Amino acid sequence: MRMFSKLLFLALLALAAFGCAEDKKEPEKKAEPAPKAEAPAAAPAPAALKVGFIYVSPIGDAGWSYAHDLGRKAIAALPGVETTYVEAVPEGPDSERVVTKMAREGANLILTTSFGYMDPTLNVAKEFPDVKFMHCSGFKRADNVGTYFGRMYQARYLSGLVAGSMTKANKLGYVAAFPIPEVIRGINAFTLGVQKVNPDAEVRVVWTKTWYDPATEKEAAKALLDAGCDVIAQHQDSPGPQEAAQERGVYSVGYNSDMSSFAPKAHLTAPVWNWSVIYTYLVEQVRSGAWKSEDIWWGMDKGVVDLAPFGPMVPEEVKAKVAAAKADIIAGKELVFTGPIFDQKGEQKAAAGQTLSDPDLLGMKWFVKGVVGSTE
Amino acid sequence: MRLYAIRRQEPLKWGSCLVFPAALAFSLAFCCLLLAIQGKPPLTGLASLFAGAFGSHHALQDTLLKAVPIFLCALGVAVAFRMQIWNIGAEGQYALGAVGATWAALAFPDAPRPVLIPLMLLSGGLAGGMWALIPALLKVRLRVNEIISTLMLNYIGINFLDWLVYGAWKDPASFGFPMTARFSPSALFPRLPGTRLHLGLALCALAGVAVWLWLSRTRLGYEVKAAGSGPRASVYARMDYGFLVCLVMAVCGVLAGTAGLTETVASAGRLQPSIMAGYGYTAIVVAWLARLNPLSIAVAAFLLAGLRVGVENLQLSLQVPAAFGGILEGCILLSVLAGQFVTGFRFRVERDEGRAETEGAA
Repeated sequence: MRMFSKLLFLALLALAAFGCAEDKKEPEKKAEPAPKAEAPAAAPAPAALKVGFIYVSPIGDAGWSYAHDLGRKAIAALPGVETTYVEAVPEGPDSERVVTKMAREGANLILTTSFGYMDPTLNVAKEFPDVKFMHCSGFKRADNVGTYFGRMYQARYLSGLVAGSMTKANKLGYVAAFPIPEVIRGINAFTLGVQKVNPDAEVRVVWTKTWYDPATEKEAAKALLDAGCDVIAQHQDSPGPQEAAQERGVYSVGYNSDMSSFAPKAHLTAPVWNWSVIYTYLVEQVRSGAWKSEDIWWGMDKGVVDLAPFGPMVPEEVKAKVAAAKADIIAGKELVFTGPIFDQKGEQKAAAGQTLSDPDLLGMKWFVKGVVGSTE
Repeated sequence: MRLYAIRRQEPLKWGSCLVFPAALAFSLAFCCLLLAIQGKPPLTGLASLFAGAFGSHHALQDTLLKAVPIFLCALGVAVAFRMQIWNIGAEGQYALGAVGATWAALAFPDAPRPVLIPLMLLSGGLAGGMWALIPALLKVRLRVNEIISTLMLNYIGINFLDWLVYGAWKDPASFGFPMTARFSPSALFPRLPGTRLHLGLALCALAGVAVWLWLSRTRLGYEVKAAGSGPRASVYARMDYGFLVCLVMAVCGVLAGTAGLTETVASAGRLQPSIMAGYGYTAIVVAWLARLNPLSIAVAAFLLAGLRVGVENLQLSLQVPAAFGGILEGCILLSVLAGQFVTGFRFRVERDEGRAETEGAA
């Protein structure tokens, strides 16, 4: 009971404190219109470019949104660029509201960083023809809506080279997000990399149908480990699968950003995003007036995708092999999806020397040989 | 010194009007404290929160629209709760409502708007209602606990939606992304000219008034409440308990289903798994906060929507984490509940040490 009376006393104190805060509020309120007046005043000062970002998950996720936010910070450091963001915005009607709000508050360039923002972005863009929109990973464009993405499959392939060299069981696990072309493409590229150095190895796929659910993703990784896999790769934004691999004493490949701090003993490397390259380009384009709606799909040559630093367990010879392949990719050699490529049924999808086209890659619905799992 | 909490013989009169504002004020003070800890200006933060929620006609429209699915789901849940039927299944019923409406939109793309929209409302409401009838019948016929069955049916309903969107209904032009084809323009809710407000808001008003009239002015509504407070007594009074269970569940299903279809056609105009935003669960909180009263539910849904919309503005202006909204929401809920405790109990401080027999010691 003593506890209770103390608590009550504390609560009363807090209320009293609030009372004081309330008193202070009155004069502050009068000052409130000031920021509103500031907005038009700021407009004539030569063009601080306002860039708004909308993220699907919290930026603390160490994954997708974190990587985009690193890009945002890079452009925020440029002179005359103001950035703002809203995180954890669901992909339904909520996103349309948030994008509208940004446009209304004077953003010049709005970056919508998740696939599900596609239709909302286009809807809002219709209402704000003077604002530039760039939608990440989509395929619909308009006069003031462009799209951008990176050729992550190149980095996935390289991570496959590493993983394929490190497996002893010749069974690798891949914790996959949703059965959409982007993810399927990543699994295929990873598997092609694995098989390049280790033709006997197979990649087992489990779908979590989540982008960010640490518990589910960790459980999925455990299921793969139970099935005998000894390297875990992933496509989600949480480090859950990395932790699962470390707990079992096997290796893992991260995604999005360097996840080594979550699993230092397991983390071999990770295919990572470097969005600042695209964002810096976009800022320059908009500022110079040269911006036009386009479809950006840049790769390793521009530095949009890369590999995170190798863990200490990766031997020098593997590093050298990866470095050579990386140099080839940067030099423009089509390493990843160049035939002969077979699908799971053994049907030839690309003849020797033939490379899959971009539309083929963007609509990819089938797994290459060596993947165990279904695209459903 | 001891403190006792004693149940009030007579409820607080004027005091109860103060409890809610006091709880809100306490939460906002807490919010200021959190902002100050992060090094953000607390009063600017509060101002931005309010401006984002209610500060302009744009903000009000946003808040109203955000409140639509919350209100519809909470109203439905409250109807079931009135009868002490613990329906946790609004989320699944919401999913089925979206599926039902999508079926109509995809099956009759050429129908004109005056035909298609009522058809979608009918098929969406029907799908939600039928989905809710499953646990109702299981309860009536087999005495299956509705808490478990409605919760489990949520997962089934959501997976059913996913299955359709990833499979049979997937738009062939979507590069394999999980979404149906875009509905024809006549499937989209008409908007009030010059605003973003759409038909969903009118549906809310209609549903709210209808439910209020039903529960407070009709015999059936009385039976629902009576059966809720005493199932056995109601059977003794020759009320058809089984029928009433099915009725309240179906009404809840129809309302939650309407919320689902509203979200489907309001913005994207196509079915996507991302419409599942947890409104079915939020509804439970809102219904309880509002003590199951339709008018209070409208107020609570509006305020909660305002909070969620306002926090986005707070994020935009001060870059606080999104989790801040969740913390604030939780704090408000807890302090309102604590406030309700204060209205139900009074406190007495006793200096005497030896009186352990006093009732209801907290």
